[in-house]
Amino acid sequence: MSPHYLDHAATTPMLERAREAYVEELARVGNPSALHASGRLARSVVEDARERVATALGAHPTEVIWTSGGTEADNLALKGLYWARHAADPRRTRIVTTAIEHHAGLDPVHWLQAEHGATAVLLPVDQEGRVDLAALRAEVAEHGDQIALISVMWANSEVGTIQPIREVVDIADEHGIPVHADAVQAVGHVQVDFKASGLTTMAISAHKCGGPVGVGALVARRDLRITPLTHGGGQERKIRSGTLNAAGFHAAAVAVEQAVADLETEAERLGTMQRELIARIGEAVPDAQLSGPQPGPGRLPGNVHFIFPGCAAEAMMFVLDSHGVEASNGSACTAGVAQPSHVLMAMGRSERDASSTMRFSLGHTTTQEDIEALVAVLPEAVERARKVAGNVNQEMVG
Amino acid sequence: MKVLAALSGGVDSAVCAARAVDAGHDVVGVHMALSKNRDEFRSGSRGCCSIEDSHDARRAADILGIPYYVWDLSDEFHDTVVTDFLSEYSQGRTPNPCVRCNEHIKFDTLLERADALGFDAVATGHYARIDIRDDGTRELHRAADAQKDQSYVLAVMGPEKLAKAMFPLGSIASKSEVRAEAAARGLGVSNKPDSYDICFVADGDTKGFLERALGASQGDIVDETGEKVGEHSGAYSYTVGQRKGLGIGRPAQDGKPRYVTDVQTTTNTIVVGPETLLTVYTLTGEDVVWMAPDVPAAEPTRCHAQVRAHGDAIPASVARDGDRMTVELDEPMRGVAAGQSLVVYDGTRVLGQATVAKREL
Repeated sequence: MSPHYLDHAATTPMLERAREAYVEELARVGNPSALHASGRLARSVVEDARERVATALGAHPTEVIWTSGGTEADNLALKGLYWARHAADPRRTRIVTTAIEHHAGLDPVHWLQAEHGATAVLLPVDQEGRVDLAALRAEVAEHGDQIALISVMWANSEVGTIQPIREVVDIADEHGIPVHADAVQAVGHVQVDFKASGLTTMAISAHKCGGPVGVGALVARRDLRITPLTHGGGQERKIRSGTLNAAGFHAAAVAVEQAVADLETEAERLGTMQRELIARIGEAVPDAQLSGPQPGPGRLPGNVHFIFPGCAAEAMMFVLDSHGVEASNGSACTAGVAQPSHVLMAMGRSERDASSTMRFSLGHTTTQEDIEALVAVLPEAVERARKVAGNVNQEMVG
Repeated sequence: MKVLAALSGGVDSAVCAARAVDAGHDVVGVHMALSKNRDEFRSGSRGCCSIEDSHDARRAADILGIPYYVWDLSDEFHDTVVTDFLSEYSQGRTPNPCVRCNEHIKFDTLLERADALGFDAVATGHYARIDIRDDGTRELHRAADAQKDQSYVLAVMGPEKLAKAMFPLGSIASKSEVRAEAAARGLGVSNKPDSYDICFVADGDTKGFLERALGASQGDIVDETGEKVGEHSGAYSYTVGQRKGLGIGRPAQDGKPRYVTDVQTTTNTIVVGPETLLTVYTLTGEDVVWMAPDVPAAEPTRCHAQVRAHGDAIPASVARDGDRMTVELDEPMRGVAAGQSLVVYDGTRVLGQATVAKREL
């Protein structure tokens, strides 16, 4: 029995064309920095890929800095921008971000605060996980000249909320503050146009949209001064040293290109399944609560996230998994131990609710059968997870 | 059967899970996370709760081809085992946290979760045997390997929970056999050293752990006549029968060593005296668990009594005394502290378990 995979936000299967391109390219030798024919050929593969990704995302090719993935791209943007901006003006110590960033966006900020004297400012979000723009305006008005950068993720990985990136950039522009966005969940799922967004930097990851794991990029404006994290061979305009991964970039480009080309039809297909799944979870488990915005332009089309009150998420995950339904218990793990979701907590949920969540994320291989399999096993999962939590559903009593 | 195999990351639980798989059961491996901050507990060879241990458990599950999960039981562990440990010491008693962990975590929380999730049994790598009589009655017995026998710390689980437990290592001849079996199965933990001591006391310094948690509280050390002979920085750091580390300058009048004979927490006083005062002939236990329902009521039954995990079993007779257990020892024990776990055996069979409340000459 092949599993019903509903965890595409964690990683999605490689698109067939990307996989073929990857394997084909792996057969070739040549360091893209070498000057001989093999090196030149590899270099041309890297540059083709760069141009294709740039075109797909509304950026100029020189704006694409290849990395090992989204986490590295976020770290490069946050640390690199902070160091450069702080060096240019030591008064700039504030990093303004949101309470619902992915750990790749949050932890570098906490690290800069702990180790480099930065001040982390975490903007609140509303109940649906949308950043509080009034709080951002107030922060910028009061501390504009002390802000090194602003970082707001494009789309939330847990509950799928799309952030008002354009409004954030407009507020920042008045004071010339650079804005970084983690767009890892957005690429291939919603329209992403770097130039039109007005962003300074943007992190992307290949494996979230059908490319290989271990490949990402920081899209960064050409005029940007950014301090590198890694030093060595001076690749990527000396911003990111390290041998260029020609096969990985090639496959990433194929994946990003296809995901963006298919975006409209795929978003509509996933959006239809998303609405149906939300409705059917509501029927199967009447007290389950949808987290985040209603389906539509404010939410990723593949994201379905629920609070199942009184359920131990670990136990739900276990029951689903034992029936071949693969989903995420919706929060970060430390050595396999689920922690209450900081995103749900920031949205005003209790620690208990934030530990009773499940995320079902749909993607390009998702079919109606996957939805049926989930809905079929969900009541048992909820019942058992409530027993584990020692919590009897009121309806079962009454 | 659907069997949940508890995987600590050590060699015993890995072989236990392997044997459950061999027996044809549908096995799932579960590692219990007992601390939110996984660096808090001992790492590697010295414990069973570190990140490295959960990695070892995962690799064992991989090799056995069974699903693997980590369950967070840290709140329950803290609220029952660690809190009980501190509260017992603060009341001058000497608890055994492994007994409490078996009672509250492995054969309570874990067993109940397993039950709720549809498992028929929980298998652990404990060294003890379960014998099933023709009438279906289950008996808990000492392991075949007396050196490794853990029936003492399991007796607290009681007959109902025993019905849902499996101890696949109970009949194994020796630990080296377990290691050889692990090596033959390609389990990487085959040479991992045994864990010992208390897993949540990270550096092995129990006294320091108690001091940090309970704070220093200076008091007197007095002898059997009530005369002050020294001072201490916290009564909880002492245990009945203790001889070393008393820090008494003056020798006793008879020149013989002095031992802690009582820990009086109400007055924060440690009483010391000669070895003869440690002698105990009668033990009264509370919170009794009768593992053998066929033990006669009131009437004394011949048995062997044991008060330490690796202590000797002393010939005795045991009787039910309402909700208590009374044990008359044939020969004296020395230095028994309130709070210790008292287990009575008929041969290899566990009859019952209780917490020592009173001990008399």
